[in-house]
Order: sequence, then C-alpha cells, then structure tokens
Amino acid sequence: MSRDTSNHVRYIDKTRAYYENEGYGKPYEWAHFDEIPFTPFPGVDRPLSECRVGVVTTSDMARRGSEIVPDDPRRLVYSLPADIPVDELYSRKSAYDRYATTLDDVDSYLPLTHLHRFVTEGRIGAVAPRFQMIYSEYSQRKTLSVDAPEILKQMREDRVDVAVLTAV
Amino acid sequence: MSLAARYLEEHGIPTVLFGCARDIVEHCGVPRFVFSDFPLGNPTGKPYDIDTQREVLSLGLDLLVSATTPGTTVVTPYEWSADHSWKDKVFSSEQPFLDPEATRKWLERKDAYRTLKSTGKI
Repeated sequence: MSRDTSNHVRYIDKTRAYYENEGYGKPYEWAHFDEIPFTPFPGVDRPLSECRVGVVTTSDMARRGSEIVPDDPRRLVYSLPADIPVDELYSRKSAYDRYATTLDDVDSYLPLTHLHRFVTEGRIGAVAPRFQMIYSEYSQRKTLSVDAPEILKQMREDRVDVAVLTAV
Repeated sequence: MSLAARYLEEHGIPTVLFGCARDIVEHCGVPRFVFSDFPLGNPTGKPYDIDTQREVLSLGLDLLVSATTPGTTVVTPYEWSADHSWKDKVFSSEQPFLDPEATRKWLERKDAYRTLKSTGKI
C-alpha cells in the first residue's frame, strides 16, 4: 500500500480553474467538516460473515431493455434489485473521465458480481436486496436533507448492517 | 457521496467509500475511504480486470472491520498506467469534462431544479 500517490489529481483546484475559465461565477464550495462521524464495526455486534451489505452508487444505473423514463428534475434516490446480473445493467452517467476510461464494465464501479461471490465464499453474510442510486448534487442541503435520509430509510427496511459506497 | 457516508455513519451504519478523487473526499472527511489513483469512473478496479476488482473490494471490507478511527484512507496498490498524462489533461480545455450534449442536459437540469426550488416544490 506504499506506492507514492502524492501526484494524485487535485480536482478541487482543477475544477475551480476550469469553471472560472468557462465563465462561471462564484467557485463551488466543496463540503468540509472538522469532525467525522464514526460507527466502529464492533458496534454491529456480528462478524462480517453474518452482515448484510448495502450498496450505494452515483453511477446512475439502468436496466437494459427497460422503459426509458424522462429525467426527473428532482433527481431523487432510486433503487434497483441487487440480483440483476451486471450484464443487464448499464450506467447513464456522463460525468466521468471519458477520455481515459469507460463505464462499460459495471464491476469496475458497482462491484455486485464480487459481492455476490463473497457471499458464496462466506466472507459476507448477504447483499441487501436492492441497491441505491444517489445523484452527485450541487446542493449539499438536498443531499443531506432529502437523499441521505431516503437511503437510510431503505437500508433500515432492508436490515442493512454495513454499507459500501462507490463514488463514480 | 461523502455526505451520504457521513449521514449513514451518524445513524449507526458503518460505511466504506470507494473513490478516485482523493482531495474532494478527504476535504469533506469520511469515516473510511479506499482511494484508487485512477481516472474518475472506476473506483472499484480497472475495467475487465477481475483480480484487481476483487482485491480493491477486499481491501474495503478489511477496512470496514479494522478501522479504529474516522478519516482512515487506504490507498490501493495499483497504477492506472505507466503514462500519467491523463492526469494533466483532466478538466483542461483540450478535454472538456462533459460533451456538448451532456453539458446541455446539465444546464437544463440546473434550471429545472432552480424552478422547483423557487416554487417550493423541493
């Protein structure tokens, strides 16, 4: 784990310069907090091999062949069954590095195949029956007051113990 | 996504977040973070590289269990390519982040959202 990554991309600086150059006004203020909440794993009170794992992603997934629904401007959290084979899923997301990579392989950003395999191997107990999609929002208020509570509600209904989140 | 991780954690669900934008995630602060120094798009491994994907996920599950303090980052040991020029081109005029159609949709969505907000519908 010791590889030098000190030259990782500084997206905050890059996007600020990019959008300034594009003529947008006030730069976006990325969320920042001094304190970080923490629920230690032992608090779950069972081994990982018995835990139900919830999954959340920003990858705007859809099922192949399903009806195309028009964009809902409210951009609410939605979910899909987690047992859909990944080759029946695709991402509608356009905000990714389309020059350097692709979103053609779902497991490179939504690791459902591997999670199901870990269930078979006994590493985790189960995958939650549905996974949630959350949009990357400009409004932090909306994420915290609308989207995150909806995800929590669904996870509680599904009796999720721990959560895997993938930011695409 | 970092905000959602924080919210779940505040409400008793341990989380691990996989991502490729280290500065943004760490600026916000999340309980557990698995960082891959990859282009935006593949936070859980290289496309079609099953072994890497499995290992990245495995590192995250280990972190879920082993982290004792919030704000713990694990860096995956994989390099995207020997050529790092993709990093210089991100968000450059040479490579506009969104294509024109996606930009048009983004602006439309922004307007629609503002309208909803101003009329109290969201």
